[in-house]
Amino acid sequence: MNAQVPATTPMALDVKDLHKSFGNVEVLKGISLRAREGEVVSILGSSGSGKSTLLRCINLLEVPDSGDVTVGDETIRMQRTRDGKSRPADQAQVERIRSQLGMVFQSFNLWSHKTILENVIEAPIHVQKRPRKECVEEAEALLAKVGIAEKRDHYPSHLSGGQQQRAAIARALAMRPKVMLFDEPTSALDPELVGEVLRVMRGLAEEGRTMLVVTHEMGFARDVSSRVVFLHKGLVEEDGRPEHVFVNSKSERFKQFIKG
Amino acid sequence: MDWTFTLETFISLVAAIPLTLQLAATSILLGAFLALGLALLRLSGVRVLDWFARFYVFVFRGTPLLVQIFLIYYGLSQFPAVRHTMLWPILREPYWCAVIALTLNTAAYASEIIRGGLVSVPHGQIEAARACGMPRFMVFRRIVLPLAIRQALPGYGNEMISMVKATSLASIITLMEVTGVAAKIISETYRAIEVFIVAGVIYLTINFLLTRLVHVVEYMLSPHLRAPRLRTPVQGESK
Repeated sequence: MNAQVPATTPMALDVKDLHKSFGNVEVLKGISLRAREGEVVSILGSSGSGKSTLLRCINLLEVPDSGDVTVGDETIRMQRTRDGKSRPADQAQVERIRSQLGMVFQSFNLWSHKTILENVIEAPIHVQKRPRKECVEEAEALLAKVGIAEKRDHYPSHLSGGQQQRAAIARALAMRPKVMLFDEPTSALDPELVGEVLRVMRGLAEEGRTMLVVTHEMGFARDVSSRVVFLHKGLVEEDGRPEHVFVNSKSERFKQFIKG
Repeated sequence: MDWTFTLETFISLVAAIPLTLQLAATSILLGAFLALGLALLRLSGVRVLDWFARFYVFVFRGTPLLVQIFLIYYGLSQFPAVRHTMLWPILREPYWCAVIALTLNTAAYASEIIRGGLVSVPHGQIEAARACGMPRFMVFRRIVLPLAIRQALPGYGNEMISMVKATSLASIITLMEVTGVAAKIISETYRAIEVFIVAGVIYLTINFLLTRLVHVVEYMLSPHLRAPRLRTPVQGESK
């Protein structure tokens, strides 16, 4: 069940020594993280441990203070402004790399003025400049895959939270991303709607998609992921295969965390 | 009431409607672009630009439109320097002076309406657009602006109605729009009641149609705020 990939598989994502502070609060204190193609990496940690910030630094929704992010074989080039702040050297490169990273947000963030289908085809048509007909066909297939084909002409506000999140997953997939980033995708959902989203994510894992999942769903982390990374106070406290770390982790904090 | 006179007045005033509409439409349109620019300055995060826009709004919202019209029409021509610029052919025309005053004035009010619309756009939707790799301008054009317009439209409708009425001040600088013609007829006949009633009815009609138009546009732009209209037939219902 857990997606394990051979050690020779190329890296899809390589994060090196990421630091990020908000004011005086250092949220990430040097995090390194790698994902090979086809790996599903679950990122666990109590609130405030920096999980979401880590994910948002990877596609530069937050600008890291230092450290490297490499997607495929392309490293995001950073530079320093005169007052010492870090910023991307080439905005076009950032946009190109973002289009290769499919992001799914906790609060869905579908565009409320567009129908579900329009949400899914928006970026493929306008960012990737692919032909509309092709995008619509692919979008319909993706909506069928996440189980909301019949909602294509509805607006986001007409859908339940679980349906909106599945639409958001379809929207991210439509970009044919190299890596999918999930930022607590089920945390804003009613308990009875969590299952339908997790099922879709499981399906993607089985397809061999590279996924980084910030989550509180222990079952998903244990059963689906190829690796579990536990963050504590801005550092990686535990990193390993779920069958190892869940059974014999040496970290007291992780043991405490999974006990609940 | 003298019906024959009222009818004659009505015919004269109807002939002046095109100028009223032209003044209103031109200044609303030009004002909208200026207002968008001012709103973006306010939100630019650059202090100098922000304060320029604040000062602009303060001045044009805080002084009477009539004073602004006078200053532009009578005031600017006092300066020989102005009379020698390329702009003089425009600035000596009362029509363009009225358009400029109305435009500058409406832009001040409308920029606040547009700013309100822009800040109402949920941050998460902007972030989702950036996360897809959209360049900044595309995020603005495809996501932010459409959502902001939907929010700003009701307030903007009010501003458009104000502008239609404000065109009546152009009569002060010799323009023969509806109020200008009305004032002329009164000075010739001393019959104020009939003439002003007819003029009032004309403004009321224009604004009624304008309100309807704004309402229709608002309806067309907000399908996502209404209950869903199902396009796929529900199974078993087609029998």
